[in-house]
Amino acid sequence: MPYVFNTDDERSEMLAAIGAESIDELFNCIPQDMQLKRALNIPAGLGEMELTAHLQALSTQNKSINEQTCFLGGGSYDHFVPAVVDTLASRGEFYTSYTPYQPEVSQGNLQVMFEYQTLICQLTGMDVSNASLYDGGTAATEAMLMAMRVTRRTQKVVVASSVHPEYRQILETYFACIGTEMVVVDCGIGTMQAAAIAQVVDEETAAVLIQNPNFFGNVEDIATISEIAHAQGALLVCSVDPISLGILQRPGDAGVDIVVAEGQSLGTPLLYGGPYLGIMACRESFVRRLPGRIAGETVDRNGKQCWVLTLQTREQHIRREKATSNICTNQGLFALRAAIYLSVMGPQGMQSVANLCTQKAHYAAAELIQHDRFELAFGNGFFKEFVVRDTQNDVQQLLHQACENNILAGLPLGRWYDELADCLLITITEKRTKQEIDDLVNILTQ
Amino acid sequence: MRNTQATKLIFELSQPGRSGVCIAESDVPNQDPAEWFPTGALSATPPPLPELTEPDVVRHFTNLSTLNMSVDTHYYPLGSCTMKYNPKRNERIAAFDGLAQIHPYQPEDTVQGMLQLLYGLQNMLAEISGLPVVSLQPAAGAHGELAALMLAAAYFREQGENRTIVLAPDSAHGTNPASARMAGFDFVTIPSCSDGRVDIEKLKEQLNDQTAVFMITNPSTLGLFDDQVREISDLVHECGGLIYLDGANMNAILGITRPGDFGADMMHFNPHKTFSGPHGGGGPGAGPICVTAELGAYLPKPIVGFDDSSQTYFLDNNRPKSIGRVRSFFGNVGVLVRAYSYILSHGPIGLKRIAENAVLNANYLLSQVSGFLDVPLGNRCMHEFVASAESVGKQNGFHQPAMDIAKRLLDYGYHPPTVYFPLTVHEAMMMEPTETESKQTLDEFAKTLETIVQESPEVLAMAPHSTIISRPDEVQAARKPIMKWTPKQD
Repeated sequence: MPYVFNTDDERSEMLAAIGAESIDELFNCIPQDMQLKRALNIPAGLGEMELTAHLQALSTQNKSINEQTCFLGGGSYDHFVPAVVDTLASRGEFYTSYTPYQPEVSQGNLQVMFEYQTLICQLTGMDVSNASLYDGGTAATEAMLMAMRVTRRTQKVVVASSVHPEYRQILETYFACIGTEMVVVDCGIGTMQAAAIAQVVDEETAAVLIQNPNFFGNVEDIATISEIAHAQGALLVCSVDPISLGILQRPGDAGVDIVVAEGQSLGTPLLYGGPYLGIMACRESFVRRLPGRIAGETVDRNGKQCWVLTLQTREQHIRREKATSNICTNQGLFALRAAIYLSVMGPQGMQSVANLCTQKAHYAAAELIQHDRFELAFGNGFFKEFVVRDTQNDVQQLLHQACENNILAGLPLGRWYDELADCLLITITEKRTKQEIDDLVNILTQ
Repeated sequence: MRNTQATKLIFELSQPGRSGVCIAESDVPNQDPAEWFPTGALSATPPPLPELTEPDVVRHFTNLSTLNMSVDTHYYPLGSCTMKYNPKRNERIAAFDGLAQIHPYQPEDTVQGMLQLLYGLQNMLAEISGLPVVSLQPAAGAHGELAALMLAAAYFREQGENRTIVLAPDSAHGTNPASARMAGFDFVTIPSCSDGRVDIEKLKEQLNDQTAVFMITNPSTLGLFDDQVREISDLVHECGGLIYLDGANMNAILGITRPGDFGADMMHFNPHKTFSGPHGGGGPGAGPICVTAELGAYLPKPIVGFDDSSQTYFLDNNRPKSIGRVRSFFGNVGVLVRAYSYILSHGPIGLKRIAENAVLNANYLLSQVSGFLDVPLGNRCMHEFVASAESVGKQNGFHQPAMDIAKRLLDYGYHPPTVYFPLTVHEAMMMEPTETESKQTLDEFAKTLETIVQESPEVLAMAPHSTIISRPDEVQAARKPIMKWTPKQD
């Protein structure tokens, strides 16, 4: 029992104070026939040394990205994490505190939330941000639900097929329960086409969801899509790659109404998919429909500037079934990591990283398609990911060959897109060197 | 001793031209990105973030951290949140390269250790809950509730039934009704009796062929085990409904009783509470759900499977009845790794000891405070209890009794209990000591509380006196919300 303080003697004293004969007696409120009369059938407890050895053994059965070169992306990215992020975020005062219900002893967390919200607004060009949601996929879903509340249209939403397939699956799951129709617009040429979207967006459409750069890595024409959506009174929701905003136009400057993002790129390691960070920001006029915690500025009893959780009447612990969402626990620790990351990167750092990603990605694509075996599925308009077609239609063999050489070559797209079964999504972050890219090209063209 | 420079807003520390990183030149030939993107897609300037050096950032955030109370620094008996000690061994383990530095789309044969861990956790949670099929995907307790209710909806649809109502007692967490609505159900509140148990007669009145799910938190948010739970589940089952157990309070019953054995069909765990995941200033959590064999087919996918013939673990996506995904990738794996590590640190005997000591500590604290604070629901509890500051407040002329006492506790260096929840107790103070506190800490805390209730109403009304701020104006914050920093206009 590693973390229980009280000695047997103390337990006896405590029982005497309670007026109980035994600890078992404290459980008399549980009817005997409901009590488990055997030990749980789980492995025996391990000391720290044995536990550490066991998990070390499990850990070494996984091949980490430090043992291979990672060209995998698709919403989870191998960007560099500065040491300060780990050092600061692992401070116990951040790490082992909880939701700031007592502002007097939570000003650290509350100020971080306020700074995070500001940084997200600066990054996205939006008016307001919440203090985080679970991840990019659920953030996109919450944004669509929010758009339905804002527009009071609950019949229909429109989603581009170039939105992350798993995000669309989450949307399907949620909408199946509330009977909202989700129209998926095919982006067969790699981006959402104005004509295709104009055909399906109508006066019943609550919102259009796009991703930029989209799942294939391509940059969408947000301004045109925004015009089409707004002409019908629908909102435009855009899921962005926060790293791309080092060089791309901010969605808030391009007419987007609600911005969401997977924030993992901002200082969080891969973690086999989570926990990550759901980013959500919107126009000021929607703020009372926003889900999640929000920190706000105010003054204390003595007029001193300070921060509190605000607009709590939107939330489940006050509004119960009328709340804007059921979210309670969010991703405070990862909002902190993102705040530290953005603070240390600054405008120049973000611009440099984004530029490195896109330069190296275009270099990699150009090198690959010099070989007859490969062609770009969708042309040159990509940021840090691109779809390459294997004209010999043997993606599995390519992946296997790369894996043998300690390279995670890319993400096969056939599992989500039948027409792209001969394609790989290849991701290049700033961490990939020219040498690593050249090695990838060599292996794939052997 | 602290000057205020480092804790200014980070934007006020910014100086044009400063930078916290030095990023190398590209090692591939630079081209003009304007050629690649639609007109207008590129921004003329980078985003207007603050400009700071690394030491600026370190000093700023380090100083901010010291403005928080936390489990590492303070006793934190925040009821319903299970603020137990977060073992440091779990942190080192979760940071192992092979657990933290793996991509969710790596081939399964390169992540067999991780899949084995997650498979093991599924099995252990199944055993602890008495519910055999497990999904680790939901990202938090509330998300688990939502996933389970969606699953119930899918189950009833397949049965050809249109059941529209979810019920829960008035003492339930706010997430219960909110999740019910998101899953497309109407929500009905069932009153509790004066002894804190579900009012069975009132429940019976509401049960009919529209009843989909009854959600129960047991032990309840009042810290009581509702011994009618099997009768309740029989009633709900008889009318064709399902029982959902909100597992927020599992810390009290680990190895003592199992939800699957007292009638629950579905439940979630809060690994960040019960299994010691750090709370991170608000998260992350995780919300694995466990269900009966009959409902297992509807769980979100993928779950981890084990193939006997090849002796390998795999992500099982071939689940045609599944409700689908509720989250991208596998789930909040980092939290799940800590839960796995924590459960293995304890084993069957240790887990039961957790429950025993959590319940012992809560009862002991109850015995120490009941001399000067009302505990309306009796002199015994499970892992937490709810005191009421109403009568002591009246007697001593306190303005807002629970609030005033909570704020005064801050002056004495204690994080207050949860106040004004559950809604069914006036001036509620919900105390959950957890098993990782000593008798000495509980004695000191109780003594402090006793001192406080004897202090003058004026001292309490103006508390806290020693914190850097005191009683922020929340009304103003909500009326004219300022949710981000903006540059001062000169």
